[in-house]
Amino acid sequence: MSGHYTADEMMTVAAARLLRNGAVCFVGIGLPSTAANLARLIHAPEAVLVYESGPIGAKPPVLPLSIGDGNLAETADTVVSTPEIFRYWLQGGRIDVGFLGAAQLDRFANINTTVVGPYQKPTVRLPGAGGAPEISSSAKEVLIIVKQSKRTFVERLDFITSVGFLNGGDARERARLPGKGPVAVITDLCVLRPNDVTRELEVRTIHPGVDRRNIEESTSWAIRFAEDCGETEPPATEELRVLRDLKMRTAVAHGDPGEAA
Amino acid sequence: MAEWTSLSEAVSALVRDGDTIAMEGFTHLIPFAAGQEIIRQRRKSLSLIRMTPDVIYDQMIGAGCARKLTFSWGGNPGVGSLHRFRDAVENGWPGPLELEERSHSDLANAYVAGAANLPFAVLRGYTGSDFMQVNDRIRNITCPFTGEVLAATPAVRTDVTVIHAQKADWKGNVQLWGILGVQKEAVLAAKRAIVTVEERVRTLDAPPNACILPSWVVTAVCEVPRGATPSYAHGYYDRDNAFYRTWDRIARVRDRFQDWIERHILQTRDFDEYLRVQRDPQIQAVYS
Repeated sequence: MSGHYTADEMMTVAAARLLRNGAVCFVGIGLPSTAANLARLIHAPEAVLVYESGPIGAKPPVLPLSIGDGNLAETADTVVSTPEIFRYWLQGGRIDVGFLGAAQLDRFANINTTVVGPYQKPTVRLPGAGGAPEISSSAKEVLIIVKQSKRTFVERLDFITSVGFLNGGDARERARLPGKGPVAVITDLCVLRPNDVTRELEVRTIHPGVDRRNIEESTSWAIRFAEDCGETEPPATEELRVLRDLKMRTAVAHGDPGEAA
Repeated sequence: MAEWTSLSEAVSALVRDGDTIAMEGFTHLIPFAAGQEIIRQRRKSLSLIRMTPDVIYDQMIGAGCARKLTFSWGGNPGVGSLHRFRDAVENGWPGPLELEERSHSDLANAYVAGAANLPFAVLRGYTGSDFMQVNDRIRNITCPFTGEVLAATPAVRTDVTVIHAQKADWKGNVQLWGILGVQKEAVLAAKRAIVTVEERVRTLDAPPNACILPSWVVTAVCEVPRGATPSYAHGYYDRDNAFYRTWDRIARVRDRFQDWIERHILQTRDFDEYLRVQRDPQIQAVYS
């Protein structure tokens, strides 16, 4: 056991564990980048981190604050142009895992990062797509890391920016999307995976100290729990040490105590 | 052949009200000095294109330079929202802003199409998303060989493209390195191109595969040291992360933003003077 840890640390550790060694991973900035780099420093030293700004095989010594920080280019195996990263490497089918965040997510793991409210008169204008639509469709698999609340886990998306399983069932296969879609959603409360048939997200493991009511109250739809739903392995001492060390080094390097958004 | 000029002369001669303008640089080498000169010369009704609008377009949108924005990700990287962009979209301030929203992959492909003098880009994307409902310029096309349905989107063609690079030689041949983004494609998709550089050198002495824009695809080249700050220039200076966080406070409130623009851009003669104001601790204490 490892003593005290935060829900955010549990989320990052749980997400990092799902990135296998040697995987070629297209990494979004923020939480996905933290989890992917944690994996690289612990159990996946051969993971190839690809950032949409062009670095392939980046090994940043501290977490990048933006998607195109200089330390990504300096530590990469190669740096290619933005058109090349999307054309040859992502659309070309060379990405094993796409690692994404989300502003809103529905039960079939479709993602909205565009608007809250009507498109023409939004109540909140979000940043938009970035590389996510093509990552979610072309990466062989997708991992999504997002904090869980009624605001993020919504009944109906205001806009589908990036597709998960569309309306569920075999909708994604019928749409002929190249990749197989989200394989897991990691939150600060639990790990969810799509049901094999309906493709609706089901809670597979619950983080220690969280109960089913917490999860139900943080979800806008009637969330399902897998029959074999268990407990997430708590963070090991080593996992926490490496994560905290990485974040401390990052804060010193960027002159800021906060985490990258 | 590119002509060496001051940035002020380049903007004055080459950027006109109503132009379609791309200012590119993916986190790296963002042409901030040029963006500010466009504000200083009070250009209006511009159709702005940029994959990641960033703080540079937040300044230009808030200052009233833009009529339309074509983009694919509009945030303050590592910080949060672009408040001037959001105020324009959500409240129409300082004026309405037409949006043409696309994805990174789409815009990258569309710049390639523009550089290649083709009418449209073709890509595997957007399937199942809501983009086609809000942007009628994203359409389907069927491959004549396989029958596969793909997305077709219009090429990016600009009146003016502006980029920042590390250096240029006395003839105006430009070299850039590090994260290259879509700068080369954006220049080749333009009728006129302005390049600001960190330094003017005798010779580039570049290896054979270096990213070089030959002088004859560039219209004006301007020596503007630190011209990409608060973004960074690989090999010259780091990203000013603190400014990106400070910008969040400046841009959040209209009055504060207008005061900043007035003091830093409209009342300064050029980028050198902007840098002096930016380094003045007494002036900056107001914004931190």
